[in-house]
Amino acid sequence: MFKKLSMAAVAVALSATSSLAATEVTWWHAMGGELGKKLEEIANKFNESQSDYKVVPVFKGTYPETLTAAIAAFRAGQQPAIVQVFEVGTGTMMAAKGAVYPVYKLMADNKEPWDPKTFLAPVTGYYSDTEGNILSMPFNSSTPILYYNKDVFKKAGLDPEVAPKTWAEVASFGKKVVDAGAAPCGFTISYAATWVGLENYSAIEDLPFGTLQNGFGGLKTEFKFNGPAQAAFWDNLKKWQDEKVFKYGGPGGGADTAPMFYAQQCAIYMGSSASRAGVINNAKGFQVGFGQLPYDDTVTKEPKNSIIGGATLWVLNGQKNPDVYKGAAKFFTYLSKPEIQADWHQFTGYLPITNAAYEFGQKQGYYEKNPGSDIAIRQITRGTPSDNSKGVRFGNLTQIRDLIDQQFEAVLSGSKTGQQALDDAAKAGNAILREFEAANSN
Amino acid sequence: MQTKRTVFHSRVLPYFLLAPQLAVTLVFFLWPAAQAIWQSFLRQDPFGLRNTFVWFQNYTRLFNDPDYLNSLGVTFVFSVGVTVLSMSLSLLFAVCVSRVLRSARFYTTLLVWPYAVAPAASGLLWWFMFNPSVGIIPYLLTFLGYTWNHRLHPNDAMVLIIIAAAWKQISYNFLFFVAGLQSVPQSLTEAAAIDGAGPVKRFWTVIFPLLSPTTFFLVVINITYAMFDTFPIVDATTSGGPSQSTNILVYKVYADGFIGLNLGPSAAQSVILMLIVVLLTIVQFRWIERKVQY
Repeated sequence: MFKKLSMAAVAVALSATSSLAATEVTWWHAMGGELGKKLEEIANKFNESQSDYKVVPVFKGTYPETLTAAIAAFRAGQQPAIVQVFEVGTGTMMAAKGAVYPVYKLMADNKEPWDPKTFLAPVTGYYSDTEGNILSMPFNSSTPILYYNKDVFKKAGLDPEVAPKTWAEVASFGKKVVDAGAAPCGFTISYAATWVGLENYSAIEDLPFGTLQNGFGGLKTEFKFNGPAQAAFWDNLKKWQDEKVFKYGGPGGGADTAPMFYAQQCAIYMGSSASRAGVINNAKGFQVGFGQLPYDDTVTKEPKNSIIGGATLWVLNGQKNPDVYKGAAKFFTYLSKPEIQADWHQFTGYLPITNAAYEFGQKQGYYEKNPGSDIAIRQITRGTPSDNSKGVRFGNLTQIRDLIDQQFEAVLSGSKTGQQALDDAAKAGNAILREFEAANSN
Repeated sequence: MQTKRTVFHSRVLPYFLLAPQLAVTLVFFLWPAAQAIWQSFLRQDPFGLRNTFVWFQNYTRLFNDPDYLNSLGVTFVFSVGVTVLSMSLSLLFAVCVSRVLRSARFYTTLLVWPYAVAPAASGLLWWFMFNPSVGIIPYLLTFLGYTWNHRLHPNDAMVLIIIAAAWKQISYNFLFFVAGLQSVPQSLTEAAAIDGAGPVKRFWTVIFPLLSPTTFFLVVINITYAMFDTFPIVDATTSGGPSQSTNILVYKVYADGFIGLNLGPSAAQSVILMLIVVLLTIVQFRWIERKVQY
């Protein structure tokens, strides 16, 4: 017995030293649950594919927590090599010039193949600087889509194969659902006030969110999202809420939104395309239909592309061992392989990052076998992107989103009109932008 | 009066013996406090790559910021609410327990339990019970014709965090009140009873005044608790919303500093909080320490 145990101990010690020989590349990420397991699987596969580098993924909590942890670690000189930062933090990361090792430079310095054209255009557009250089490695990008409950649609006398296309249709379908008693609520939205209800609304309707191409043009940008169309839209949401057609599920991602859809309380749910796997798993006892995010036909007849969310991988400066960067570059090359990308995209519902991964999936026949799985891709590549639909890039956007949420709640509780709330949000948001500009330009 | 005095022959030894405590204080209290004060005068990008010394700009901005003034008001309402609710309930429980003869100990044990629950867990508990979609309390309230939704209604949210925070503090207050009641001499209440005073009169004219040192001590402790230890409850239930209606000062420091990465203004806020703690400590030491010797 003792012999066996000591043998095991020796084996463990040996394997430990063998992995010590490899250069460790730490990777802080914010993928919990199923996504986290898949991410670790990718890292493990990379580690098994070669012996010089070992990518060590560390789960750091939510997106804001991961960003805060990485910044605190950077200030203390203990930063990881790679950190996953959500799209809202992009403005903050891009402004931190001394802290970030741009990925295009990393790849060139380490002689790894790198061609921005291989990536999907909306994805690269979002993460490039003004000269067109990609600063962070695209990893998990998503865009909001519409999910609906086919059984409830049937019960309400609606065609279960037809998803609502416009906001007016969403409201009228929802009203039918409620009136028929098929469900107590028509629709619910995650990121109701921010990602879906303001950022994507503005992009799809081709309305400016801020000056200087929505902040892509520099730090002097100012918010313009308090236009009459957005204000009318918020007033409509309030009206629909009063008619029980719309139900609010909380600020941020809306903790209650998806559960209300799963519990068949709400017939329609608008959320990230990356929720697809979760929605299918949780939709017990009913059929799920998919549709594109609705557009506002009182504003536009030609909806633009929707904008992306999700996260990219940023490389941080200041690693003492230069081999770490070599490892990070090798890992990124591995990550961009079509089969790895396609696997990640198909498992999670995130967008395929490269054109090759999309084609790989088409060749596999994946999109025909899984209806709804290419809605996000078609929606994000729809039409020609304008300055208003390329994305949004603002410093301290996390904080600004919080205050937009608060203003939206003021509209829903009836204490402000849509216009007042958006004006107040723009004013407070501009103050934060000026502070960010001052802190990042001297 | 004789006091025990140790005389050290070496000048170094006493300092040496104090050193561990001093080191802990220095590293964990004074140093971070000094850092906060220093940062409150700076404008910094999140990564600490660029610093500008801006004097009192962070402070002047704070007091011109309607959100901060709102947060001050919210904190006031919240801490008064928590203090009044938790203290009156625990006083009631303590009086009840002190009148029960046989199972007093049993009740005491039960009433102390909530204190062992971590604030985040208790926050989650209340979040669940009051959840507008799945919670039991909103469901019951609909029968009374009230639609509870702390996601939308500022008053609901405030009531929720006051209840959650007060619930947690009841045990603590209860213990002190029980101890305080035990130290009220039996002879006084008996004498009052012989003079014909009923239980209510006895309580308000004899017992309650004698409890005043305990009450005063608890007021300070409860205000401190409501202002500084309730972060997890707010975080787990309302996250400061809706529309900032439960954004108490400690939560705002966190939201601005850790979520918003706005370090200067956040540091200025924590310095102001520090001043409030200092003030409360002075109040406690100056008045309570004296008044205890009645």
